[in-house]
Amino acid sequence: MSNHSIKFSATQQAGRLAMHRKRKLINVIALLLSFGAMAFGVFWLVWILFETFRLGVGGLALSVFTEMTPPPMADVGGLANAIFGSIVMAGLATLLGTPIGVMAGIYLAEYGQKSWLGHATRFINDILLSAPSIVIGLFIYAVVVARFKSFSGIAGILALALIVIPVVIRTTENMLTLIPNALREAAYALGTPKWKVISSVTLKAARSGVITGILLAIARISGETAPLLFTALSNQFWTSDLTQPMASLPVTIFKFAMSPYQNWQQLAWVGVFLITMSVLLLNIAARVFLRNKH
Amino acid sequence: MAATLPVTSYKPDDHVTPHSKPPERRRVAPWADRLFSILAHGAAWLTLLLLVGIIGSLIVGAAPAIQHFGLGFLWSTDWDPVQEKFGGLVMIYGTLMTSLIALVIAVPVSFGIALFLTEMSPRWLKRPLGTAIELLAAVPSIVYGMWGLLVFSPILSTWVQQPLQKLFKGVPVLETFVSGAPVGIGLLSAGIILAIMIIPFIASVMRDVFEVTPPMLKESAYGLGATTWEVVSRVVLPYTKSGVVGGVMLGLGRALGETMAVTFVIGNFNQLESLSLFEAANSITSALANEFAEAGEGLHQASLIYLGLVLFFITFVVLSLSKLLLAQLRKGEGTKS
Repeated sequence: MSNHSIKFSATQQAGRLAMHRKRKLINVIALLLSFGAMAFGVFWLVWILFETFRLGVGGLALSVFTEMTPPPMADVGGLANAIFGSIVMAGLATLLGTPIGVMAGIYLAEYGQKSWLGHATRFINDILLSAPSIVIGLFIYAVVVARFKSFSGIAGILALALIVIPVVIRTTENMLTLIPNALREAAYALGTPKWKVISSVTLKAARSGVITGILLAIARISGETAPLLFTALSNQFWTSDLTQPMASLPVTIFKFAMSPYQNWQQLAWVGVFLITMSVLLLNIAARVFLRNKH
Repeated sequence: MAATLPVTSYKPDDHVTPHSKPPERRRVAPWADRLFSILAHGAAWLTLLLLVGIIGSLIVGAAPAIQHFGLGFLWSTDWDPVQEKFGGLVMIYGTLMTSLIALVIAVPVSFGIALFLTEMSPRWLKRPLGTAIELLAAVPSIVYGMWGLLVFSPILSTWVQQPLQKLFKGVPVLETFVSGAPVGIGLLSAGIILAIMIIPFIASVMRDVFEVTPPMLKESAYGLGATTWEVVSRVVLPYTKSGVVGGVMLGLGRALGETMAVTFVIGNFNQLESLSLFEAANSITSALANEFAEAGEGLHQASLIYLGLVLFFITFVVLSLSKLLLAQLRKGEGTKS
């Protein structure tokens, strides 16, 4: 480089420096605001977790898991029937929704990537993924509850299964498309039929991702309240009869939290604590699981 | 299965005696292949039918109300189960207003978070912070609702509503916006809680689209001496704008359809006389959550389903737009970089 620099007059130089300072200042302000936004986001998470912990742990006792939901103003009582109902409904919904979700995910990744059915299903699935869950409740109400003239555990299971399906479809498809084509081609070259290639090569390779999706789906439905409000309704008593209205943790929390009774509110906090912890643990488990496998 | 594999079916004299029929290796157990394919196709069709079923059942369920009130339902404020006069304007207004408040708060914050995560955060902090934000999305809405009702609303009332009421006392227009019982429930607290809920969705989409900006573009701008803010506002943002809007739409779709968080704090009161942000109001989802199980069959129930149909229609349009915009960004990826 030759010693060739442009000479500026003093005023020009001052102007340039002022401009430089202004740009620097704007940058610093923007970055500070961005830092503030990050702190804002983390702040809510910490605050909400702190409050559920503080208010929930106090009421935690063995009776929560062994006794039925109490009448208002009673001294004793727990959430046993609600916890049982939640586990049964979430479990069966997962069992019902997972095979359908996985098969549809397989279709999207292995059969119809480019077909119109594939495009349409992918589009619809993304909509269903974020569709208001209360509308799912309305749908099941119209199809099941209104027809059989009774709120029931089965209706609750169906509603939750409809929420499981899109989540599982999405993750299954994503995970299957990550599998390199060479793997498929190698299997085909050995004369393996397609269903065998999918079930014992690609699906096996994508197993951890698919399981992650299922875990996330369980986490999602174990906190869902809206679709259960007018499908499974709620029940004050223990029931394992799926044709009867069934209690669930979220709906019980909803009922108890909105009530003016002290003992109900306390139990609601315990329920919120239990749900938050299990959902967060499921999420963290899903992440750890996925990371370890990759 | 074993019989299909050449190794096991191999006999020493196989190659001496010619086959009457050449072995068909390609189609082993064709029924299994076909069955699997049918199952996969069936599952995909089922997903499609699900959407058709949802729309169909909503229309059938709402039919009595649609026939009775027509489109006038959308701008009538009546809601009288006793006289069977129904109109959805109060709830539709509540749903749109809370979502609007949520967007006004959530969009800048999410942008800041995405900016922090992509451009500022040290590498070791990226992952934990990203996970923290995603966990915020995983917290069930009922937790937000209960926290909002019992923890957040009292604080909002003491520290925001009451000071504002004192401040605006006598000021003509502003006073009406902050009137109401000092309990901290209403459109504003519902909007704030919704904002907290959708921040993670918008932020993680924004982070993902910011990361698809080709490093070459950003490095060129840095090389010219641009500051971080200039790189983000003049290079990254223009490059990813359709993706950013798509993310915002996704958040909006969530906010419109959110039930529990809103139901807890909105107050569930059908009124539109007061435009105050602190007055109890109602939204489509909270009306459904509170009234549907008790509503008698007939017009009341049909009107609630009509509201559900309106909600589904709005979210469907918003989510479709979001999807199209995000797809547009993905299409541009290959050509511009």
